[in-house]
Amino acid sequence: MPEFRLLSTSGLLGYGFPEESLKTGMAREPHMIGVDGGSTDPGPHYLGSGKCLNSKMSMKRDIALMLDAALSAKIPMVISSCGGAGGEPHLKAVVDIVRELARERGYRFKLATIHAEQSKAWVKQKLEQGEIAPLKAVPPLDSATIDTAERIVGMMGPEPYIQALDNGAQVVLAGRSSDPAPWVACATRAQLPSAPSWFAGKVLECGATASLPKGHDCLLATVQEDGVIVEAMNPIRKCTPMSVANHSLHENASPCYHIEPGGLLDTSNCKFDAVSDRAVKISGMEWEAKPYTVKLEGAELAGYRAITICGTRDPGLLSQWDSYLASVKDNIVTKARAFGVEPDQYKLIYRVYGRDGVMGDWESVRESRSHELGILVEVVGKTQEIANAVLSIARVNTLHVDFPGRLCKEGNMAFPFSPSDIEAGPCYRFSVFHVVRNVDPLSMFPIEYEMV
Amino acid sequence: MPRISEIAQVCKSKNAGPFEVTIDVVFSDKAMFEAVKATNVLNAGLIARLYHVTPEDVLFTVYDAGNAFKATLPRRIPAGDIGDTDVYGAQQHAPLLDVEIPIDVKDLAGRTRRPA
Repeated sequence: MPEFRLLSTSGLLGYGFPEESLKTGMAREPHMIGVDGGSTDPGPHYLGSGKCLNSKMSMKRDIALMLDAALSAKIPMVISSCGGAGGEPHLKAVVDIVRELARERGYRFKLATIHAEQSKAWVKQKLEQGEIAPLKAVPPLDSATIDTAERIVGMMGPEPYIQALDNGAQVVLAGRSSDPAPWVACATRAQLPSAPSWFAGKVLECGATASLPKGHDCLLATVQEDGVIVEAMNPIRKCTPMSVANHSLHENASPCYHIEPGGLLDTSNCKFDAVSDRAVKISGMEWEAKPYTVKLEGAELAGYRAITICGTRDPGLLSQWDSYLASVKDNIVTKARAFGVEPDQYKLIYRVYGRDGVMGDWESVRESRSHELGILVEVVGKTQEIANAVLSIARVNTLHVDFPGRLCKEGNMAFPFSPSDIEAGPCYRFSVFHVVRNVDPLSMFPIEYEMV
Repeated sequence: MPRISEIAQVCKSKNAGPFEVTIDVVFSDKAMFEAVKATNVLNAGLIARLYHVTPEDVLFTVYDAGNAFKATLPRRIPAGDIGDTDVYGAQQHAPLLDVEIPIDVKDLAGRTRRPA
Protein backbone atom coordinates (compact mmCIF):
# COMPACT_ATOMS: atom_id res chain seq x y z
CA MET A 1 0.00 0.00 0.00
CA PRO A 2 1.47 3.40 -0.95
CA GLU A 3 2.14 5.62 2.01
CA PHE A 4 3.72 8.98 2.73
CA ARG A 5 5.43 9.90 5.98
CA LEU A 6 5.38 13.48 7.30
CA LEU A 7 7.38 14.64 10.32
CA SER A 8 6.29 17.70 12.29
CA THR A 9 8.82 18.94 14.81
CA SER A 10 6.61 21.06 17.04
CA GLY A 11 3.38 23.01 17.37
CA LEU A 12 5.09 26.27 16.42
CA LEU A 13 8.46 27.30 15.02
CA GLY A 14 10.56 28.51 17.93
CA TYR A 15 8.71 26.62 20.68
CA GLY A 16 11.56 24.10 20.73
CA PHE A 17 11.54 20.30 20.63
CA PRO A 18 13.85 17.59 22.00
CA GLU A 19 16.70 16.82 19.59
CA GLU A 20 16.32 13.12 20.39
CA SER A 21 12.71 13.16 19.11
CA LEU A 22 13.89 14.57 15.79
CA LYS A 23 16.52 11.79 15.51
CA THR A 24 13.86 9.18 16.23
CA GLY A 25 11.62 10.76 13.62
CA MET A 26 14.38 10.89 10.99
CA ALA A 27 15.13 7.20 11.58
CA ARG A 28 11.60 6.53 10.28
CA GLU A 29 12.67 7.99 6.92
CA PRO A 30 10.04 10.69 6.52
CA HIS A 31 9.40 12.10 3.04
CA MET A 32 9.14 15.64 4.36
CA ILE A 33 9.85 17.57 7.54
CA GLY A 34 8.08 20.74 8.55
CA VAL A 35 6.68 22.98 11.22
CA ASP A 36 3.87 25.48 11.41
CA GLY A 37 5.15 28.96 12.12
CA GLY A 38 2.07 30.91 13.04
CA SER A 39 -1.32 31.56 14.45
CA THR A 40 -3.72 34.40 15.20
CA ASP A 41 -3.90 33.09 18.75
CA PRO A 42 -1.42 35.50 20.38
CA GLY A 43 -3.61 38.35 19.18
CA PRO A 44 -3.46 41.16 16.61
CA HIS A 45 -0.20 42.78 17.75
CA TYR A 46 2.07 40.69 15.54
CA LEU A 47 0.17 41.14 12.30
CA GLY A 48 -0.21 44.83 13.05
CA SER A 49 3.32 45.61 14.20
CA GLY A 50 5.20 43.31 11.82
CA LYS A 51 7.03 41.70 14.74
CA CYS A 52 7.63 37.97 15.13
CA LEU A 53 5.92 36.03 17.87
CA ASN A 54 9.02 34.04 18.81
CA SER A 55 12.60 35.22 19.18
CA LYS A 56 15.20 34.92 16.44
CA MET A 57 17.33 32.83 18.82
CA SER A 58 14.61 30.24 19.41
CA MET A 59 13.55 30.10 15.74
CA LYS A 60 17.15 29.73 14.58
CA ARG A 61 17.75 26.84 16.97
CA ASP A 62 14.73 24.94 15.63
CA ILE A 63 15.48 25.69 11.96
CA ALA A 64 19.16 24.68 12.31
CA LEU A 65 18.24 21.21 13.53
CA MET A 66 15.51 20.78 10.92
CA LEU A 67 17.69 22.03 8.07
CA ASP A 68 20.54 19.68 9.06
CA ALA A 69 18.13 16.75 9.14
CA ALA A 70 16.35 17.62 5.88
CA LEU A 71 19.52 18.25 3.86
CA SER A 72 21.26 15.08 5.03
CA ALA A 73 18.16 13.02 4.22
CA LYS A 74 17.60 14.93 0.93
CA ILE A 75 13.95 15.64 1.76
CA PRO A 76 12.03 18.94 1.65
CA MET A 77 11.80 21.17 4.70
CA VAL A 78 8.71 23.36 4.80
CA ILE A 79 7.70 26.14 7.20
CA SER A 80 4.25 27.71 6.95
CA SER A 81 2.97 31.04 8.34
CA CYS A 82 6.55 32.15 8.91
CA GLY A 83 7.28 34.40 11.85
CA GLY A 84 3.80 34.08 13.36
CA ALA A 85 1.50 36.33 11.35
CA GLY A 86 2.92 35.37 7.95
CA GLY A 87 3.16 38.90 6.51
CA GLU A 88 6.19 40.29 4.63
CA PRO A 89 8.31 41.32 7.66
CA HIS A 90 7.60 38.00 9.38
CA LEU A 91 8.51 35.99 6.29
CA LYS A 92 11.67 38.03 5.74
CA ALA A 93 12.79 37.40 9.34
CA VAL A 94 12.64 33.63 8.77
CA VAL A 95 14.20 33.80 5.28
CA ASP A 96 17.09 35.80 6.82
CA ILE A 97 17.63 33.09 9.44
CA VAL A 98 17.74 30.38 6.76
CA ARG A 99 20.20 32.37 4.62
CA GLU A 100 22.35 33.01 7.69
CA LEU A 101 22.42 29.31 8.56
CA ALA A 102 23.30 28.39 4.97
CA ARG A 103 26.21 30.86 5.04
CA GLU A 104 27.43 29.66 8.44
CA ARG A 105 27.25 25.99 7.52
CA GLY A 106 28.11 26.11 3.83
CA TYR A 107 24.80 24.62 2.71
CA ARG A 108 23.52 24.95 -0.83
CA PHE A 109 19.91 24.34 -1.80
CA LYS A 110 17.02 25.76 -3.78
CA LEU A 111 14.82 27.96 -1.64
CA ALA A 112 11.26 28.93 -2.48
CA THR A 113 9.69 31.88 -0.69
CA ILE A 114 5.90 32.21 -0.96
CA HIS A 115 4.37 35.59 -0.22
CA ALA A 116 0.97 36.01 1.43
CA GLU A 117 0.55 39.75 1.89
CA GLN A 118 -2.18 41.23 -0.32
CA SER A 119 -2.29 44.68 -1.90
CA LYS A 120 -5.05 46.96 -0.64
CA ALA A 121 -5.96 47.85 -4.22
CA TRP A 122 -6.62 44.18 -5.02
CA VAL A 123 -8.67 43.66 -1.83
CA LYS A 124 -10.74 46.74 -2.69
CA GLN A 125 -11.33 45.45 -6.19
CA LYS A 126 -12.62 42.14 -4.82
CA LEU A 127 -14.80 44.06 -2.34
CA GLU A 128 -16.31 46.12 -5.16
CA GLN A 129 -16.96 42.91 -7.09
CA GLY A 130 -18.94 41.61 -4.10
CA GLU A 131 -16.52 38.72 -3.60
CA ILE A 132 -15.70 39.33 0.09
CA ALA A 133 -17.87 38.02 2.91
CA PRO A 134 -17.40 38.27 6.69
CA LEU A 135 -16.70 35.20 8.80
CA LYS A 136 -18.96 34.46 11.75
CA ALA A 137 -19.19 37.20 14.42
CA VAL A 138 -17.43 39.75 12.16
CA PRO A 139 -19.02 42.84 10.54
CA PRO A 140 -18.99 43.20 6.72
CA LEU A 141 -15.84 44.69 5.20
CA ASP A 142 -15.79 48.26 3.89
CA SER A 143 -13.31 50.33 1.97
CA ALA A 144 -12.27 52.46 4.98
CA THR A 145 -11.36 49.33 6.96
CA ILE A 146 -9.10 48.21 4.11
CA ASP A 147 -7.42 51.64 4.14
CA THR A 148 -6.74 51.65 7.88
CA ALA A 149 -5.32 48.10 7.99
CA GLU A 150 -1.61 47.97 8.74
CA ARG A 151 -1.39 44.91 6.54
CA ILE A 152 -3.65 42.23 5.08
CA VAL A 153 -2.57 38.65 4.50
CA GLY A 154 -4.30 35.91 2.58
CA MET A 155 -4.31 32.39 3.97
CA MET A 156 -2.94 30.14 1.25
CA GLY A 157 -3.93 26.56 0.61
CA PRO A 158 -1.67 23.70 -0.59
CA GLU A 159 -1.45 24.87 -4.24
CA PRO A 160 1.51 27.31 -3.95
CA TYR A 161 3.46 24.70 -1.95
CA ILE A 162 2.78 22.09 -4.63
CA GLN A 163 4.07 24.44 -7.31
CA ALA A 164 7.21 25.29 -5.29
CA LEU A 165 7.98 21.61 -4.72
CA ASP A 166 7.23 20.76 -8.38
CA ASN A 167 9.80 23.40 -9.32
CA GLY A 168 12.43 21.62 -7.27
CA ALA A 169 12.56 23.69 -4.09
CA GLN A 170 14.11 21.79 -1.22
CA VAL A 171 13.30 24.41 1.38
CA VAL A 172 9.94 26.19 1.25
CA LEU A 173 9.26 29.19 3.47
CA ALA A 174 5.76 30.60 3.20
CA GLY A 175 3.70 33.43 4.57
CA ARG A 176 0.27 33.00 6.11
CA SER A 177 -1.15 29.59 5.30
CA SER A 178 -3.97 27.36 6.31
CA ASP A 179 -2.21 25.28 8.95
CA PRO A 180 -2.57 21.91 7.14
CA ALA A 181 -1.55 23.34 3.72
CA PRO A 182 2.14 22.28 3.52
CA TRP A 183 1.38 18.76 4.71
CA VAL A 184 -1.53 18.39 2.31
CA ALA A 185 0.68 19.65 -0.52
CA CYS A 186 3.32 16.99 0.09
CA ALA A 187 0.89 14.10 0.58
CA THR A 188 -1.35 14.91 -2.39
CA ARG A 189 1.73 15.39 -4.64
CA ALA A 190 2.49 11.79 -3.73
CA GLN A 191 -0.94 10.84 -5.14
CA LEU A 192 -2.55 10.24 -1.76
CA PRO A 193 -6.22 11.22 -1.42
CA SER A 194 -7.32 14.60 -0.09
CA ALA A 195 -9.28 13.37 2.94
CA PRO A 196 -6.46 11.61 4.84
CA SER A 197 -3.99 14.27 3.67
CA TRP A 198 -6.07 17.09 5.18
CA PHE A 199 -6.67 15.11 8.35
CA ALA A 200 -2.93 14.48 8.70
CA GLY A 201 -2.29 18.20 8.21
CA LYS A 202 -4.77 19.12 10.93
CA VAL A 203 -2.92 16.92 13.42
CA LEU A 204 0.64 17.71 12.27
CA GLU A 205 0.26 21.48 12.49
CA CYS A 206 0.16 21.15 16.27
CA GLY A 207 3.21 18.88 16.61
CA ALA A 208 2.71 16.37 19.41
CA THR A 209 -0.36 18.14 20.85
CA ALA A 210 -2.52 15.14 19.92
CA SER A 211 -0.51 12.90 22.25
CA LEU A 212 -0.44 12.44 26.02
CA PRO A 213 1.10 14.14 27.87
CA LYS A 214 0.76 17.18 25.60
CA GLY A 215 3.99 18.96 24.82
CA HIS A 216 6.06 20.76 22.20
CA ASP A 217 7.50 17.75 20.46
CA CYS A 218 7.74 15.75 17.22
CA LEU A 219 4.92 13.79 15.60
CA LEU A 220 5.03 11.43 12.64
CA ALA A 221 1.98 10.99 10.43
CA THR A 222 1.82 8.22 7.85
CA VAL A 223 -0.76 9.02 5.19
CA GLN A 224 -2.29 5.98 3.49
CA GLU A 225 -5.07 5.49 0.94
CA ASP A 226 -7.66 4.78 3.62
CA GLY A 227 -6.46 6.82 6.57
CA VAL A 228 -3.63 8.21 8.66
CA ILE A 229 -1.44 6.71 11.36
CA VAL A 230 -0.10 9.19 13.91
CA GLU A 231 2.63 8.51 16.44
CA ALA A 232 4.55 10.72 18.86
CA MET A 233 8.32 10.40 18.43
CA ASN A 234 9.20 10.95 22.08
CA PRO A 235 8.83 7.67 24.05
CA ILE A 236 7.31 9.58 26.99
CA ARG A 237 4.28 10.49 24.82
CA LYS A 238 1.55 8.27 23.44
CA CYS A 239 -1.13 8.86 20.85
CA THR A 240 -4.29 7.15 22.03
CA PRO A 241 -7.63 6.95 20.18
CA MET A 242 -9.03 9.42 22.71
CA SER A 243 -6.08 11.85 22.56
CA VAL A 244 -6.34 12.02 18.77
CA ALA A 245 -10.16 12.24 18.75
CA ASN A 246 -10.04 15.06 21.26
CA HIS A 247 -7.46 16.96 19.24
CA SER A 248 -10.32 17.74 16.83
CA LEU A 249 -11.76 19.96 19.59
CA HIS A 250 -8.65 22.16 19.73
CA GLU A 251 -9.20 25.75 18.50
CA ASN A 252 -12.00 24.62 16.17
CA ALA A 253 -15.57 25.83 16.25
CA SER A 254 -16.74 22.31 15.39
CA PRO A 255 -14.90 19.02 16.01
CA CYS A 256 -16.51 17.55 12.89
CA TYR A 257 -16.56 20.15 10.11
CA HIS A 258 -13.40 21.99 9.09
CA ILE A 259 -13.69 24.59 6.33
CA GLU A 260 -10.51 24.84 4.30
CA PRO A 261 -9.48 26.53 1.05
CA GLY A 262 -11.23 24.54 -1.65
CA GLY A 263 -13.27 22.21 0.51
CA LEU A 264 -14.65 20.85 3.74
CA LEU A 265 -12.96 18.18 5.87
CA ASP A 266 -15.71 16.16 7.53
CA THR A 267 -14.51 14.09 10.48
CA SER A 268 -17.94 13.13 11.82
CA ASN A 269 -17.59 9.49 10.74
CA CYS A 270 -13.97 9.07 11.80
CA LYS A 271 -12.84 5.87 13.46
CA PHE A 272 -9.88 5.99 15.83
CA ASP A 273 -8.14 2.64 16.29
CA ALA A 274 -5.00 1.90 18.30
CA VAL A 275 -2.39 0.19 16.12
CA SER A 276 0.00 -0.11 19.07
CA ASP A 277 0.04 1.28 22.59
CA ARG A 278 1.39 4.56 21.18
CA ALA A 279 0.12 4.91 17.59
CA VAL A 280 -3.41 5.44 16.29
CA LYS A 281 -4.95 4.91 12.87
CA ILE A 282 -7.70 7.29 11.90
CA SER A 283 -10.02 6.40 9.03
CA GLY A 284 -13.42 7.42 7.71
CA MET A 285 -12.66 11.11 7.17
CA GLU A 286 -14.24 12.70 4.12
CA TRP A 287 -13.24 15.61 1.88
CA GLU A 288 -15.91 17.49 0.02
CA ALA A 289 -14.55 19.82 -2.65
CA LYS A 290 -16.13 23.31 -2.55
CA PRO A 291 -15.65 26.51 -4.55
CA TYR A 292 -12.24 27.96 -3.72
CA THR A 293 -12.18 30.61 -0.99
CA VAL A 294 -9.25 32.29 0.76
CA LYS A 295 -9.39 33.78 4.23
CA LEU A 296 -8.08 37.33 4.67
CA GLU A 297 -6.66 38.61 7.94
CA GLY A 298 -5.85 42.23 8.68
CA ALA A 299 -5.02 44.32 11.72
CA GLU A 300 -5.33 48.04 12.36
CA LEU A 301 -3.93 50.41 14.95
CA ALA A 302 -6.27 50.69 17.95
CA GLY A 303 -4.26 53.32 19.83
CA TYR A 304 -1.30 53.62 22.17
CA ARG A 305 -1.27 51.93 25.54
CA ALA A 306 0.13 52.84 28.96
CA ILE A 307 -0.46 50.74 32.09
CA THR A 308 0.26 50.65 35.78
CA ILE A 309 -0.14 47.82 38.27
CA CYS A 310 -1.11 48.21 41.91
CA GLY A 311 -3.01 46.49 44.71
CA THR A 312 -5.03 47.33 47.78
CA ARG A 313 -5.20 45.58 51.14
CA ASP A 314 -7.48 48.10 52.86
CA PRO A 315 -10.79 46.55 54.03
CA GLY A 316 -12.49 49.97 54.14
CA LEU A 317 -11.68 50.56 50.50
CA LEU A 318 -12.65 47.01 49.48
CA SER A 319 -16.07 47.49 51.12
CA GLN A 320 -16.89 50.47 48.91
CA TRP A 321 -14.93 49.64 45.78
CA ASP A 322 -17.56 50.65 43.22
CA SER A 323 -18.21 54.13 44.61
CA TYR A 324 -14.48 54.69 45.15
CA LEU A 325 -13.72 53.73 41.54
CA ALA A 326 -16.51 55.96 40.18
CA SER A 327 -15.06 58.87 42.14
CA VAL A 328 -11.53 58.14 40.88
CA LYS A 329 -12.75 58.03 37.27
CA ASP A 330 -14.59 61.36 37.68
CA ASN A 331 -11.38 62.95 38.95
CA ILE A 332 -9.39 61.60 36.02
CA VAL A 333 -11.87 62.96 33.45
CA THR A 334 -11.82 66.39 35.11
CA LYS A 335 -8.05 66.60 35.44
CA ALA A 336 -7.36 65.29 31.92
CA ARG A 337 -9.84 67.81 30.52
CA ALA A 338 -7.97 70.52 32.43
CA PHE A 339 -4.81 69.77 30.44
CA GLY A 340 -6.76 69.63 27.19
CA VAL A 341 -7.54 65.93 26.75
CA GLU A 342 -11.21 65.09 26.21
CA PRO A 343 -12.67 61.65 27.10
CA ASP A 344 -13.06 60.74 23.42
CA GLN A 345 -9.28 60.86 23.02
CA TYR A 346 -8.63 57.90 25.31
CA LYS A 347 -10.14 54.80 26.88
CA LEU A 348 -9.62 54.27 30.61
CA ILE A 349 -9.94 50.67 31.82
CA TYR A 350 -9.63 49.33 35.37
CA ARG A 351 -8.95 45.61 35.42
CA VAL A 352 -9.66 44.43 38.93
CA TYR A 353 -8.17 41.01 39.70
CA GLY A 354 -10.00 39.42 42.60
CA ARG A 355 -13.35 40.62 41.22
CA ASP A 356 -13.76 40.20 37.46
CA GLY A 357 -10.31 40.76 35.95
CA VAL A 358 -10.40 37.42 34.09
CA MET A 359 -13.97 37.28 32.78
CA GLY A 360 -15.27 40.89 32.84
CA ASP A 361 -19.02 40.98 32.20
CA TRP A 362 -19.09 37.19 31.88
CA GLU A 363 -18.09 36.78 35.54
CA SER A 364 -20.88 35.06 37.47
CA VAL A 365 -19.40 35.57 40.97
CA ARG A 366 -20.36 39.14 41.88
CA GLU A 367 -19.37 39.10 45.57
CA SER A 368 -15.60 39.13 46.00
CA ARG A 369 -14.39 37.66 49.27
CA SER A 370 -10.74 38.44 48.66
CA HIS A 371 -8.76 40.28 51.35
CA GLU A 372 -6.84 42.13 48.63
CA LEU A 373 -7.43 43.21 45.05
CA GLY A 374 -4.96 43.51 42.19
CA ILE A 375 -5.57 46.41 39.84
CA LEU A 376 -4.25 46.97 36.37
CA VAL A 377 -4.97 50.52 35.22
CA GLU A 378 -4.88 50.88 31.46
CA VAL A 379 -5.17 53.87 29.19
CA VAL A 380 -5.35 53.55 25.42
CA GLY A 381 -4.89 56.99 23.88
CA LYS A 382 -4.98 58.40 20.38
CA THR A 383 -1.29 59.20 20.85
CA GLN A 384 1.31 57.79 23.22
CA GLU A 385 1.63 61.23 24.82
CA ILE A 386 -2.08 61.27 25.65
CA ALA A 387 -1.95 57.73 27.02
CA ASN A 388 1.05 58.54 29.23
CA ALA A 389 -0.47 61.79 30.50
CA VAL A 390 -3.87 60.28 31.36
CA LEU A 391 -2.27 57.23 32.95
CA SER A 392 -0.10 59.46 35.10
CA ILE A 393 -3.11 61.36 36.40
CA ALA A 394 -4.98 58.06 36.83
CA ARG A 395 -2.15 56.65 38.96
CA VAL A 396 -2.12 59.71 41.24
CA ASN A 397 -5.87 59.69 41.74
CA THR A 398 -6.08 55.93 42.30
CA LEU A 399 -3.50 56.41 45.03
CA HIS A 400 -4.86 59.54 46.70
CA VAL A 401 -8.63 59.95 46.17
CA ASP A 402 -10.39 60.19 49.52
CA PHE A 403 -13.36 58.01 50.47
CA PRO A 404 -15.72 57.93 53.48
CA GLY A 405 -14.11 56.52 56.63
CA ARG A 406 -10.68 56.35 55.04
CA LEU A 407 -7.98 55.20 57.46
CA CYS A 408 -5.18 54.78 54.89
CA LYS A 409 -4.67 58.51 54.56
CA GLU A 410 -1.24 58.25 52.93
CA GLY A 411 -2.31 56.15 49.96
CA ASN A 412 -4.94 53.68 48.74
CA MET A 413 -2.64 51.42 46.74
CA ALA A 414 0.63 49.51 46.89
CA PHE A 415 2.62 50.06 43.69
CA PRO A 416 5.29 47.39 43.18
CA PHE A 417 7.46 49.25 40.66
CA SER A 418 9.28 52.51 40.16
CA PRO A 419 8.64 53.84 37.63
CA SER A 420 5.09 52.66 38.12
CA ASP A 421 3.87 53.85 34.71
CA ILE A 422 4.67 51.47 31.86
CA GLU A 423 4.50 52.68 28.28
CA ALA A 424 3.24 49.67 26.29
CA GLY A 425 3.34 51.26 22.82
CA PRO A 426 0.99 50.85 19.85
CA CYS A 427 -1.77 48.29 20.14
CA TYR A 428 -3.81 46.75 17.36
CA ARG A 429 -7.09 45.01 16.65
CA PHE A 430 -8.11 42.44 14.06
CA SER A 431 -10.07 44.46 11.54
CA VAL A 432 -10.19 42.08 8.57
CA PHE A 433 -11.33 38.49 9.10
CA HIS A 434 -13.17 37.70 5.89
CA VAL A 435 -13.22 35.26 3.01
CA VAL A 436 -12.68 36.14 -0.61
CA ARG A 437 -14.34 34.08 -3.34
CA ASN A 438 -13.52 33.45 -6.99
CA VAL A 439 -9.79 33.65 -6.59
CA ASP A 440 -6.90 31.83 -8.13
CA PRO A 441 -5.16 29.72 -5.46
CA LEU A 442 -1.77 30.49 -7.03
CA SER A 443 -1.77 34.07 -8.30
CA MET A 444 -2.57 35.51 -4.85
CA PHE A 445 0.64 33.98 -3.51
CA PRO A 446 3.70 34.77 -5.66
CA ILE A 447 6.68 32.45 -5.35
CA GLU A 448 10.34 33.50 -5.55
CA TYR A 449 13.18 31.04 -6.07
CA GLU A 450 16.85 31.38 -5.24
CA MET A 451 19.89 29.18 -4.81
CA VAL A 452 21.03 29.72 -1.25
CA MET B 1 -25.67 15.93 42.50
CA PRO B 2 -22.12 15.99 41.18
CA ARG B 3 -20.77 19.10 39.56
CA ILE B 4 -18.90 19.15 36.24
CA SER B 5 -15.66 19.87 38.15
CA GLU B 6 -16.10 16.57 40.02
CA ILE B 7 -16.87 14.26 37.10
CA ALA B 8 -15.21 15.69 33.97
CA GLN B 9 -11.70 14.82 32.85
CA VAL B 10 -11.26 18.13 31.03
CA CYS B 11 -13.13 21.42 31.12
CA LYS B 12 -11.37 24.07 29.05
CA SER B 13 -11.82 27.10 26.85
CA LYS B 14 -9.79 28.49 23.96
CA ASN B 15 -10.09 30.84 21.02
CA ALA B 16 -11.56 29.42 17.84
CA GLY B 17 -10.16 32.31 15.83
CA PRO B 18 -10.06 35.83 17.31
CA PHE B 19 -13.82 36.36 17.27
CA GLU B 20 -15.10 33.17 18.87
CA VAL B 21 -14.34 31.18 21.98
CA THR B 22 -14.87 27.44 22.23
CA ILE B 23 -15.51 25.51 25.42
CA ASP B 24 -15.01 21.75 25.79
CA VAL B 25 -16.13 19.34 28.46
CA VAL B 26 -14.54 15.91 28.06
CA PHE B 27 -15.22 12.72 30.02
CA SER B 28 -12.67 9.98 30.47
CA ASP B 29 -15.08 7.09 30.15
CA LYS B 30 -17.98 6.30 27.89
CA ALA B 31 -20.39 5.39 30.70
CA MET B 32 -20.03 8.77 32.39
CA PHE B 33 -20.29 10.60 29.05
CA GLU B 34 -23.45 8.71 28.12
CA ALA B 35 -24.97 9.33 31.56
CA VAL B 36 -24.28 13.08 31.30
CA LYS B 37 -25.56 13.14 27.73
CA ALA B 38 -28.81 11.42 28.79
CA THR B 39 -29.56 14.22 31.29
CA ASN B 40 -29.49 16.81 28.44
CA VAL B 41 -28.32 19.42 30.97
CA LEU B 42 -25.44 20.45 28.73
CA ASN B 43 -26.96 22.21 25.74
CA ALA B 44 -26.93 25.48 23.82
CA GLY B 45 -29.49 27.04 26.18
CA LEU B 46 -27.31 26.45 29.25
CA ILE B 47 -24.29 27.98 27.54
CA ALA B 48 -26.38 30.95 26.41
CA ARG B 49 -27.52 31.58 30.01
CA LEU B 50 -24.03 31.23 31.51
CA TYR B 51 -22.39 33.49 28.93
CA HIS B 52 -25.17 36.04 28.35
CA VAL B 53 -25.62 35.28 24.65
CA THR B 54 -28.62 33.94 22.71
CA PRO B 55 -28.93 30.17 22.05
CA GLU B 56 -28.73 31.00 18.32
CA ASP B 57 -25.21 32.35 18.95
CA VAL B 58 -24.06 29.00 20.33
CA LEU B 59 -22.81 26.19 18.10
CA PHE B 60 -23.28 23.16 20.35
CA THR B 61 -21.86 19.76 19.42
CA VAL B 62 -22.19 16.46 21.22
CA TYR B 63 -19.00 14.75 20.08
CA ASP B 64 -19.43 11.04 20.67
CA ALA B 65 -16.03 10.05 19.27
CA GLY B 66 -14.31 12.12 21.95
CA ASN B 67 -16.75 11.64 24.86
CA ALA B 68 -17.08 15.39 24.69
CA PHE B 69 -19.45 18.34 24.57
CA LYS B 70 -18.39 21.42 22.68
CA ALA B 71 -19.84 24.92 22.61
CA THR B 72 -18.58 27.72 20.38
CA LEU B 73 -19.84 31.26 20.86
CA PRO B 74 -18.88 34.82 19.94
CA ARG B 75 -16.26 36.36 22.23
CA ARG B 76 -17.35 39.20 24.50
CA ILE B 77 -14.60 41.33 22.92
CA PRO B 78 -12.42 40.14 20.00
CA ALA B 79 -9.05 38.71 21.06
CA GLY B 80 -6.57 41.47 21.88
CA ASP B 81 -8.97 44.34 21.17
CA ILE B 82 -9.31 47.15 23.71
CA GLY B 83 -10.95 45.82 26.86
CA ASP B 84 -10.32 42.13 26.17
CA THR B 85 -9.37 40.26 29.33
CA ASP B 86 -8.15 36.97 27.87
CA VAL B 87 -6.22 37.07 24.57
CA TYR B 88 -6.01 33.27 24.28
CA GLY B 89 -9.51 32.69 25.65
CA ALA B 90 -8.01 30.07 27.96
CA GLN B 91 -9.79 31.05 31.19
CA GLN B 92 -13.44 31.38 30.22
CA HIS B 93 -14.53 27.88 31.27
CA ALA B 94 -15.13 28.45 34.99
CA PRO B 95 -18.93 29.04 34.95
CA LEU B 96 -19.35 25.49 33.67
CA LEU B 97 -17.41 23.92 36.55
CA ASP B 98 -20.24 24.44 39.04
CA VAL B 99 -23.02 23.14 36.80
CA GLU B 100 -24.75 20.26 38.58
CA ILE B 101 -25.53 17.09 36.66
CA PRO B 102 -28.47 15.04 38.00
CA ILE B 103 -26.83 11.62 37.97
CA ASP B 104 -25.88 9.23 40.71
CA VAL B 105 -22.15 8.66 40.38
CA LYS B 106 -22.38 5.50 42.49
CA ASP B 107 -24.44 3.91 39.72
CA LEU B 108 -21.57 4.23 37.26
CA ALA B 109 -19.64 1.03 37.74
CA GLY B 110 -15.90 1.30 37.96
CA ARG B 111 -15.93 5.08 38.01
CA THR B 112 -13.84 6.80 40.68
CA ARG B 113 -15.23 10.15 41.66
CA ARG B 114 -12.60 12.85 41.53
CA PRO B 115 -12.07 14.83 44.71
CA ALA B 116 -13.85 18.18 44.63
